[in-house]
Amino acid sequence: MTTNLYPMTQLILLIVLAPLVSGIITKIKNNLRLRKGPGIFQPYYNLAKYLAKEEIISEHASWIFRAAPYIVLSATVTAAALLPAGDLIALVFLLALGRFFLALASLDPASAFGGMGSSREMFISSLVEPVLLLVILGISLSAGTFGVRPMTFSAGLAAIALFLVTLAETGRIPVDNQETHLELTMVHEAMVLEYSGRSLAILELSAYIKQLVFFTLIASLLFTAQASILFFIIKLAGIATAVAAVELLVAKMRLFRVVDYLAFAGIIAFLSMIAIMLGV
Amino acid sequence: MPGLEFSFFNDPLSWFFVAVILTLAIPSLLFSYEYLKGKYSARKLILGQAATFAFVIAMLLVVTVRHIFVFLIFWELMSLLSYFLILFEKENERSVLAGTIYLVMTHVGTAFLAAAFFLIYKYTGAWDILAVKPALASLPLAQKNLLFIFLLAGFGAKAGIVPLHIWLPYAHPQAPSHVSSLMSGVMIKTAIYGMLRFIFFLLGAPAPWWGALILVLAAVSSLVGVLYALIEHDLKTLLAYHSVENIGIILFGVGAAMLFSQTGLTALSVLALAAGLYHLVNHAIFKGLLFLGAGSVYKATGTRDIEKLGGLIHNMPWTALFFLVGAMSISALPPFNGFVSEWLTMVVLFLGAMSLAGGLKILLALCAAALALTGGLAAACFVKAFGITFLARPRSHKAELAKEVPISMNLASGFLALLCLLLGLGAPLVLKPLMAVAGTVTGAPVPASFSPVDLFVFTPQPGSVIHLSPVLILILLAAIGGAAFLLFNLVWGRSKQTVGQTWDCGYYRLTPVNEYTATAFSKPFRIAFSFFLQPYRKIQAYKESHYHIRSLAYETRTKKIFGEFLYAPFVGLLFNSGKLFRKAQPGSIHLYLGYIFATLIVLLLFVRNI
Repeated sequence: MTTNLYPMTQLILLIVLAPLVSGIITKIKNNLRLRKGPGIFQPYYNLAKYLAKEEIISEHASWIFRAAPYIVLSATVTAAALLPAGDLIALVFLLALGRFFLALASLDPASAFGGMGSSREMFISSLVEPVLLLVILGISLSAGTFGVRPMTFSAGLAAIALFLVTLAETGRIPVDNQETHLELTMVHEAMVLEYSGRSLAILELSAYIKQLVFFTLIASLLFTAQASILFFIIKLAGIATAVAAVELLVAKMRLFRVVDYLAFAGIIAFLSMIAIMLGV
Repeated sequence: MPGLEFSFFNDPLSWFFVAVILTLAIPSLLFSYEYLKGKYSARKLILGQAATFAFVIAMLLVVTVRHIFVFLIFWELMSLLSYFLILFEKENERSVLAGTIYLVMTHVGTAFLAAAFFLIYKYTGAWDILAVKPALASLPLAQKNLLFIFLLAGFGAKAGIVPLHIWLPYAHPQAPSHVSSLMSGVMIKTAIYGMLRFIFFLLGAPAPWWGALILVLAAVSSLVGVLYALIEHDLKTLLAYHSVENIGIILFGVGAAMLFSQTGLTALSVLALAAGLYHLVNHAIFKGLLFLGAGSVYKATGTRDIEKLGGLIHNMPWTALFFLVGAMSISALPPFNGFVSEWLTMVVLFLGAMSLAGGLKILLALCAAALALTGGLAAACFVKAFGITFLARPRSHKAELAKEVPISMNLASGFLALLCLLLGLGAPLVLKPLMAVAGTVTGAPVPASFSPVDLFVFTPQPGSVIHLSPVLILILLAAIGGAAFLLFNLVWGRSKQTVGQTWDCGYYRLTPVNEYTATAFSKPFRIAFSFFLQPYRKIQAYKESHYHIRSLAYETRTKKIFGEFLYAPFVGLLFNSGKLFRKAQPGSIHLYLGYIFATLIVLLLFVRNI
């Protein structure tokens, strides 16, 4: 029974703590900028506020727009449920399910912003997928299974590739900017622009969970010898700091530069595979 | 020709293809009744339906006959009948062009096949495939290589493998939709049958480069197919390009199976081929479904240009739902069938990369990456195809007036949509017979230790590292979505929803012109892949005054590089040599008499020498 209970607790913890990670990243960013900024629990206050608020739904929207938040949430959480030792390929496909519906939903209200976000998101994600799969293939090659295993040089390379992919997948600078509402630059924010109230809360929660899923994947590539929960949290904090630092130090790229960026990530992922074959 | 006998195969491979053809043929024929109604004269209708029926029969015979020459006859019959069906709307100039291109390409293919078949007869002296098989075993590798190349070119032309695909995006969309669904769904699969029967079953996989070549072709076909689909805005042409892509995905399984079989990974080879066959069934069903959906849209609106559609989900809810199922299946989204077969193909490529050594490891890893990129691009393409066609607001009057199609058409689509779901959820049940089919092709028995159920268990067994349960995933998805819904409603009460306007930045009254278009949607892809797509655009502004532009004309085109750089020079050469020959034919009767005289003398000399 305990064996069954353990992943369940882990999943619930992951969902509950996911907004906190975003709060911490914002806090780190603000501290580095010498600003005070909102507290680390601000994402929770936002979610609670949105959940209770009234929703405004476009007159042109269909059932897809209403159903999409729930589909995105359940796809993301199911992907998170695969995490400990599950099949990582299926994880990629599940995240694709959520993204597909979000992209459709953003086309639904007949707004140009949504279409823009939808097109850009599908563009970026279609380039992210091969890199992600190469990283997963690298992990499987080194371990002989699709689970996650020891720290080597190749695992380090894979972690770097995965970090670059994570920035793209979680809407971070230099690929996207979570803090903007300028139509020329937004990707994820453009997709959720028509959402309000509870649906927005669900979508934000899903985005937090997805972010933590990616962080966990990176963490499980790094220094896996120490398997304590505390060490895992330290690793997550390290990744969060790295993300915050990148967001501050790097400027956002033009959309078409993302191709080069992700190609670079792909090459690193490929190098990590070659490193595995050389046995380092 | 002595002894043209009609004997049939009674093995799992043939039965499998018969089953696939019938599964798609029945709903397609059901769909055709209302689809064709009211558009054509009664005589033409009867003729068309008879041709469609004969086309299905010809396909069934192709995948079952044992006599190689009889196979060729039915192959040709199938090609000609589909040619007539492409010309069904012969008033349309594009149909005639499409038909001509198809006829030329399919006969180039048939020429290669005929050459290969006569070579086989020359080597073995037999026409019966089962009699030929043992005789071919001792053939030197050089001859086998020659046969392989001929058969690959012959069947490749029919399957639409890049660069022999150019007829496919012309021909498939021009036929009536139920025929398109048959052509894309099953006719091109008869070419896969041919490859399995004549290459893998007859010749085996004696050299590693056979499998490797097929894998490379698979990667190229899938990427080229999906890239062209992305920039295409004619709904049926878009689907036709996706057929090129999906043939590529099927060939990943076939190529990997040949490679594994050659390198001694027997069990993995069977699994790889089963993955390919699984995708073959799935593609037949979801592509059939999508073509029927496109047919419904065409019937309701009279256009296939998605830039003129939009908002159909409100007036055509059922068509939209079934098309969405097809779109999700082809984009490999759980829990539908495309997800399971692409997952399986991916797993096979991964397992191959882990088991093989050196360059082949890299090849398989690159194939996996290509498959992932294809999957991502296909999802983007179907967000476009479904989103622009069915969501948002109608972009034209035609789309505004669309009505749901008759129930029999929706029944056909609904049946296929249900199959998409069942083939996804019932993966272990489906995979078992597919392994048996794959076993007859690779010649290796299905490993007794292997049970497909191991792949699809709820919790991983000790020793089995990959596992995926589509049923569990569906349950999880539904449970989590439902739990979240209940939780939010219990704690915060029902969500208050107000219907309002779309955010318009305060400009008021957005019109459908303000919507995002398919051209705009695919623009990032056009630019990122411009090295391949070679886009060209022209913007012309009609100005009212120096400050005010009345209207803009925007035109964008892409160069079809295969047509332009591979076929056009060839066709040019043909025309130029034709001009040379014309010089010898100036119309003078005296010169012609001179030719006859010269010929006579040459012949006389020739006879004398003998």
